[in-house]
Amino acid sequence: MSDSIVFDPRVLRAPHPVPGAPDNWKRFFGFNTDAKVIGIQYIVLSLFFLLVGGLLAMIIRGELITPPSDLVDPTVYNGLYTMHGTVMLFLFLFPILNGLNNLLIPPMIGAPDMAFPRLNAAAFWLVPVFGVLLMASFFVPGGPSSSGWWAYPPVSTQNPLGHLVNGQFLWILAVAISGVSSIMGAINFTTTILRMRAPGMTFFRMPIFCWTAAAAQTIQLIGLPSLTGGAIMLLFDLSFGTSFFKPEGGGDPMLYQHFFWFYSHPAVYVMVLPVFGIFSELLPVYARKPLFGYKVVAVASFGITFLGLIVWVHHMFYSGTPQWMRNLFMVTTMLIAVPTGIKVFAWLGTLWRGKLRLATPMLFCLGGIVNFIFAGITGVMLATVPIDIHVGNTYFVVGHFHYVIFCTITLGVFAAIYHWFPKFTGRMYYEGLGQLHFWITFVGSALNFLPMHWSGLMGMPRRVASYDPEFALANVLASLGAFLLGVAMIPFLLNMVSSWARGPRAPANPWNAIGLEWLLPSPPPAENFEHDVPTVIAGPYGYGLGEPLVADQDRFIARSEEA
Amino acid sequence: MTTAHPPASAPAAEHSHGGYNLTGFIIFLCSESIIFLAFFAGFTVLKLSSPVWLPEGVEGLEVRMPFINTVILVSSSFVAVLAEKALHRRALWSFRGWWLLTMLMGAYFVYGQYVEWSELAFGLGSGVFGSTFYLLTGFHGLHVITGILLMGLMLLRSFRPGNYNGGEAGVASVSLFWHFVDVIWIILFLLIYVWQRH
Repeated sequence: MSDSIVFDPRVLRAPHPVPGAPDNWKRFFGFNTDAKVIGIQYIVLSLFFLLVGGLLAMIIRGELITPPSDLVDPTVYNGLYTMHGTVMLFLFLFPILNGLNNLLIPPMIGAPDMAFPRLNAAAFWLVPVFGVLLMASFFVPGGPSSSGWWAYPPVSTQNPLGHLVNGQFLWILAVAISGVSSIMGAINFTTTILRMRAPGMTFFRMPIFCWTAAAAQTIQLIGLPSLTGGAIMLLFDLSFGTSFFKPEGGGDPMLYQHFFWFYSHPAVYVMVLPVFGIFSELLPVYARKPLFGYKVVAVASFGITFLGLIVWVHHMFYSGTPQWMRNLFMVTTMLIAVPTGIKVFAWLGTLWRGKLRLATPMLFCLGGIVNFIFAGITGVMLATVPIDIHVGNTYFVVGHFHYVIFCTITLGVFAAIYHWFPKFTGRMYYEGLGQLHFWITFVGSALNFLPMHWSGLMGMPRRVASYDPEFALANVLASLGAFLLGVAMIPFLLNMVSSWARGPRAPANPWNAIGLEWLLPSPPPAENFEHDVPTVIAGPYGYGLGEPLVADQDRFIARSEEA
Repeated sequence: MTTAHPPASAPAAEHSHGGYNLTGFIIFLCSESIIFLAFFAGFTVLKLSSPVWLPEGVEGLEVRMPFINTVILVSSSFVAVLAEKALHRRALWSFRGWWLLTMLMGAYFVYGQYVEWSELAFGLGSGVFGSTFYLLTGFHGLHVITGILLMGLMLLRSFRPGNYNGGEAGVASVSLFWHFVDVIWIILFLLIYVWQRH
């Protein structure tokens, strides 16, 4: 290190009495370009929207606890499930994963910040903008969009009241802004990973979380423009008299389905890939073993990216697609079980004969993996054309989807929040509350989503406010599960708020984990390693091998602990 | 700046400026091209499957003026390269001249597009033909206007002393964007104006 300017690290890490200092909470409410502040902004905002989406879900389940439509008007019900899906995807899951990306990627690769800090902050501040837009659609004449989160035409091109600003209009606008924000994020994350790695950190020494983030953001870059294109056309059809998707003007409603699913199927991989990364990061820490098959797991991420982009028609098996197309996409969809299967196999290989420590993050990890295996099996079932045509648009699909999106992804996100909470807040969480949160969530999710497979196989259609009494038992169970999931948020929020405010101080490396982020103090200083970036000399999961991760490791450990 | 990390002596404020801008911009262009790809695919599918294509009373599109427009837009890309080369030699005034000429050629293209639009006998609501025509040319035109504005910004910045000490990533990015807009137009021209038979 031939520095021309000499920094005293203690000066840099001393609390600054200026905006940007760790104790200054006001920075979370302004345009801040620090990736760690933006990460926390993303996570806190998306947890707020988790509560909003969860409230909508509980109203839906309250309606469905009895067969007749009695709690809300069926028209309102349509708006409720549309907004539930939209809020959960665009305002909870995407932002919270971007929050984790912001917190984790720079320290994991030894970068001081993201490649484009101002772009990063702008991408974040678009989230509250479209959040407000979407919430405002509850108050416009005609209510919010009621066409489901797919917004298929012709339903989504109806504007019976004739107002220019209607629920559907605001919905499309919100989704388009969300797309712009995601593309800004994707450019930032990929550039950061490509260009800002620490010396010695080759691609095959990079933590799996960064691999999966790169794979996921590649999907954003390739897939998202297709949805944006489709959304622009839909907006014109709805408001400006074009006929892209209107058969009466020569258009084709199926075209929208292609645009929509070309992105929205891989979008599930955008969300699940980072969670695969989280599982791969956490299992070695809590099993005290190197990740089994590191290189294969890393490359499999991009196998999922590639295959994920050529499976979208499996959502349209019952939309009148030609048989050759169905066969082709059935095969590609089934193929995707191979790279995901490799990952599951690697996780099991990592657990095998490990010294398991069942702390809260590990519990969420194991719960998520068990649920994911189940979701994967029903996924392969749904990939089969005859089964899909039988159960398509029933609660079987709803159950499968929620097993992926909630029981796997959200559990994985909780695992990550608990695991990295001490690192980024500098405080320990309360283990007892964490475990309580896990068990209520795990039982609640099974109770909520498992019976949906049963009622779906029996033929209960999705998106209905009333149903045949023969499905009553499954729905009562599901509703109880949903309320239990609502209860589960109480210990979680209590834990987060009280631990952050007055939890015990966290050491630099409370889990005895390997990784560049654990060589930083808790919480890390504004620019992570500043100019004294360690040189990486080994792969990321050397548990039990006794080899150092970076050159001169003892100095970095000592420095992180003295802070 | 070709290493994976900026040199250790880079001041803290310059972390964001490294050589990352061009990388980020190329990634953005790749992503942006997919929107056009989606529009092209949509156009092709609709054209092949729609039972009626041209609206009543419309014979087809006039090709002569758009062709002249195309030639001007495509040659402006070469002028932009001349500007870039001049900048590379640090011949600032030569750069500004070529750069301004590129902008003017782009502006002429937009003007030609405006004249063409105002003389057409069909509108946005004239079935799927009108919808696709205006969406594709309009979305492309928006990119041309964006390109001209970005070039104007670069032109203004060239008067700032020491502007190119940190490299020419800005000009390189805008130039790349201009080539991109050109290539998109060539595909668009072939699809909309050359392939007129239904």
